Amino acid sequence: MRAVVIGATRGMGRALARLMAERGDALCLLGRDAGELETSARDLLARGARGPVAIERFDLGEPAGFSPALDAADRALGGFDALVVTAGDFTAQEALERDPARLERLLDLNFTATAVLCQQAAERLAERGGGTICAFSSVAGDRARRSNYLYGASKAGLSAFLEGLHLAYADRGVRVVCVRPGFVKTAMTAGLPVPPFAGEPEAVALHVLRAIDRGTPVVYAPPIWRFIMLAIRALPRAVMRRVRF
Amino acid sequence: MDVLKTPGVSLEPVAGWGRRPVEQGAVVRPERLLLPPGGRPVLLRGLGRSYGDAAVPATRGALVLETARADRVLAFDSERGTLTCEAGLSLAEILRVFLPRQWFPPVTPGTRFVTVGGCVACDVHGKNHHRDSSFGAFVDRLVLQVADGSLVECGPARERELFLATVGGMGLTGLITEVTLRLQPVESAWMVPEAEPVPGLGAMLDGLREAAKDWPYTVGWIDCLARGSGLGRGILIRGRHATRGEAPAGPPPEPRRIGVPLDAPEWLLSPVLMRGFNAAYYMKLAWPARGTTRPVPYHGFFYPLDAIDGWNRLYGRRGFLQYQCVVPRAAGAPAVAELLERLSASGAASFLAVIKDCGPESDAYLSFPLEGTTLALDLPYRGPRTETLVHELNATVIAAGGRVYLAKDAVTRAEDFARMVPRLPQWRRVREKWDPEHRFRSAQSVRVLGDTP
Repeated sequence: MRAVVIGATRGMGRALARLMAERGDALCLLGRDAGELETSARDLLARGARGPVAIERFDLGEPAGFSPALDAADRALGGFDALVVTAGDFTAQEALERDPARLERLLDLNFTATAVLCQQAAERLAERGGGTICAFSSVAGDRARRSNYLYGASKAGLSAFLEGLHLAYADRGVRVVCVRPGFVKTAMTAGLPVPPFAGEPEAVALHVLRAIDRGTPVVYAPPIWRFIMLAIRALPRAVMRRVRF
Repeated sequence: MDVLKTPGVSLEPVAGWGRRPVEQGAVVRPERLLLPPGGRPVLLRGLGRSYGDAAVPATRGALVLETARADRVLAFDSERGTLTCEAGLSLAEILRVFLPRQWFPPVTPGTRFVTVGGCVACDVHGKNHHRDSSFGAFVDRLVLQVADGSLVECGPARERELFLATVGGMGLTGLITEVTLRLQPVESAWMVPEAEPVPGLGAMLDGLREAAKDWPYTVGWIDCLARGSGLGRGILIRGRHATRGEAPAGPPPEPRRIGVPLDAPEWLLSPVLMRGFNAAYYMKLAWPARGTTRPVPYHGFFYPLDAIDGWNRLYGRRGFLQYQCVVPRAAGAPAVAELLERLSASGAASFLAVIKDCGPESDAYLSFPLEGTTLALDLPYRGPRTETLVHELNATVIAAGGRVYLAKDAVTRAEDFARMVPRLPQWRRVREKWDPEHRFRSAQSVRVLGDTP
């Protein structure tokens, strides 16, 4: 596989990029911090990536740069066949409630920018016969909860977009994988109370890689979250109003 | 406690592997190692496998920096086996990535769930100490973030004093951010073991010395409940890496890991049951290997306890102390015999103790091993009488010119530690130079070195 990864320096993206490196995939890492990209590229190379691991400057907050970054990735990999986006924004609900600018930025990065990027990449892949788009949404997008509906709304939008992308491009050979992690112990969730069924990034990555290989449209990770969310989605709104979570 | 208002920080109970003492710490787990600005005290911690209070915060709510998420490989020279990595990389991960390429850690302790930074800070040793010395001997270079926030590179020939104070320095000289170490080439992931029952302490010590001539790995298991003429009886184990020709085809199966869901009740540790459990364990592990040279997976040889997640819970809610000391060769069998007699008289020890002969001591000031015999065992915690036993054992060790291992210690008094470690003043001098305010501190540094909490 020749994959472009956005978010490979941290958390689940780091774990997933390592699995891809270890099986000899060719990788191009996109991100904002050149030093971190360089360090992760060295890590992935030592772990077996089909080198050299390319790095390109990229900012999800600057949509004008998307097309040039995908061009650069295409040049580095000789045409990529997968785009993996684990990057996103996360801020505690209280801060988002208080700070409209933070909220706008989060909605913009998690939904607008990610959708614009994936749309462009899907078109690019479709033009050359197909490929895979894998983006990380969240179980928070499956049902709005009062404690994190702002973050959840951004991911709900992304999930809906990815579902549509899957339907629209399936005939042109583009597979779309929407990953919906539950609570995973990473630096992003550090400091939050750890709920039951919390996952480790390495286990999530194994699951996601299998889904990428098979083209599974929706992946819950850890898998038990599929059933948890099935139950939570079934709760009537009157019940959601009464439970405090 | 402003630190708790920072995102990504939570107050959690922090303990060593022996599960006592426990202190609440404000824990951060960064993916990139960097001291927080502001110069406040910090406890550095890896995967928390040291047994006592070495990785326990000095005060309630103190900042704890866990390094295990900073685990990237920075470079690997596949000709020489030289690995440069962030200090949170674990030996388990090194084995997973590099053993298939036939490289093995040069020194390994009894668990692979330890970070490289922790291996340096404790200057860990393994079953090959008699031949290869301790972990620090294979470290070419360290990058340290010292108390004032600057990055300093040190090694055997560069900032040598800082290097010698950091190897075995229990994370008290600075945050180790990068390590360059030399892995050893092996031909397979399999080990050729040999086991031999020995009738007593004299035979055990002779056997270890004899085996040391030809075998890279040696260790003995001693039956702690045996007394009189049987004192020190046990099993002597020798091992070496299997050659390509000896190894079965393919890598060894991944170990099955089982978990311990609950703290064991204390009656489970009554002497009668413990004897039964340990005897079964001893038979299972030792007898099939007796006299045979059938290769076994490396993890079965080096890390039998890693197969049980959270085995430390088997010692019950009150936790346990691990005791490890070394006495110089000159003190010989009588000192070891005295320690074993005290233990067996107390009835407090686990059934098995590990005995091993060590090679020459390293130049690192606080490094534990010295040429002689080391003894390690678990003591289920039963209140002050367990601590009293440790102080009694320490008295014997001091009289013999030996010392205890800080990575396992939770009890030793400052004055006793000073008697055990003649190079302590040299270490203190280097520490004062780099960290005069003792920014890096732990519950252990308060207890053993007299740091202000």
